[in-house]
Amino acid sequence: MALEQLVETIAKALVDHPDDVRVTSEENDHSLRIRLEVHADDMGKVIGRQGRIAKAVRSVVYAAGTTRGKRVQLDIG
Amino acid sequence: MKKVTVSGKTVEEAVKQGLEKLEAQETEVHIRVLEEPQKGFFGLLGARPALVELERKPDPVREGLLFLRDVIDQMGIHASVEQEDRDGTICFHIHSAEAGVLIGKRGQTLDSLQYLVNLAANRQSEEYLRITLDAEGYRSRRKEALEVLAERLAEKAVRLKKEVRLEPMSAHERKMIHHTLQKNPRVTTYSDGKEPNRRIVVVPKQSAN
Repeated sequence: MALEQLVETIAKALVDHPDDVRVTSEENDHSLRIRLEVHADDMGKVIGRQGRIAKAVRSVVYAAGTTRGKRVQLDIG
Repeated sequence: MKKVTVSGKTVEEAVKQGLEKLEAQETEVHIRVLEEPQKGFFGLLGARPALVELERKPDPVREGLLFLRDVIDQMGIHASVEQEDRDGTICFHIHSAEAGVLIGKRGQTLDSLQYLVNLAANRQSEEYLRITLDAEGYRSRRKEALEVLAERLAEKAVRLKKEVRLEPMSAHERKMIHHTLQKNPRVTTYSDGKEPNRRIVVVPKQSAN
């Protein structure tokens, strides 16, 4: 199962406009770069005060990434 | 499915059908009667069925559990989740051979996951329900380890007559250490530094020696 799907599931559970959640990615041999975009009004819902939510999302996504042996980077915004 | 509109001969009948469709109990939904049934002449002409709308009430426990299940599955981890009641708080206990991945270094991943589960669970509900996450008994193991660590460092502080600084910990873990050492008459504790590098300092009491 793709990590992009995981990012999408988490984001959709946090925002008010789940239909506006977009997840794209770039992959090469060593790393996977995932980009999460949400509705402008929902930015706070995925970032949180002092980035607390973003940090939690990254922590979970990176943990899932370690089992795949790839470096994962998650960009939000 | 969150919301259905159903018609029936009577309001009761329509509600019953709606509950079956939502697979819910009557206490789990809001019921709105949109139209009362109207009997026509001779039971035929101009007769109109009852029309009701049923909406599932937000249930934080259900939302949280569904979210956690989805996340674990999509992380590619095989696990079962058990719902426990621990002193009045709800705990989702994850059982898995791969629990280590979900726990992470010093429980960091488990804490992150717990935070997200709470956000997802309480997104639509008016009151805030707190959910704890555990994996293979990690929480109680960690608590015991912290209590042992606290006592050992208290002894060290007393012996060296010097302050002992611990490594940075989460607010929850700091609280456990403060709590443990409150019972120790030979030391006092305080926290120092800014999150996320806030750490406990154990201070020997002067009068103790």
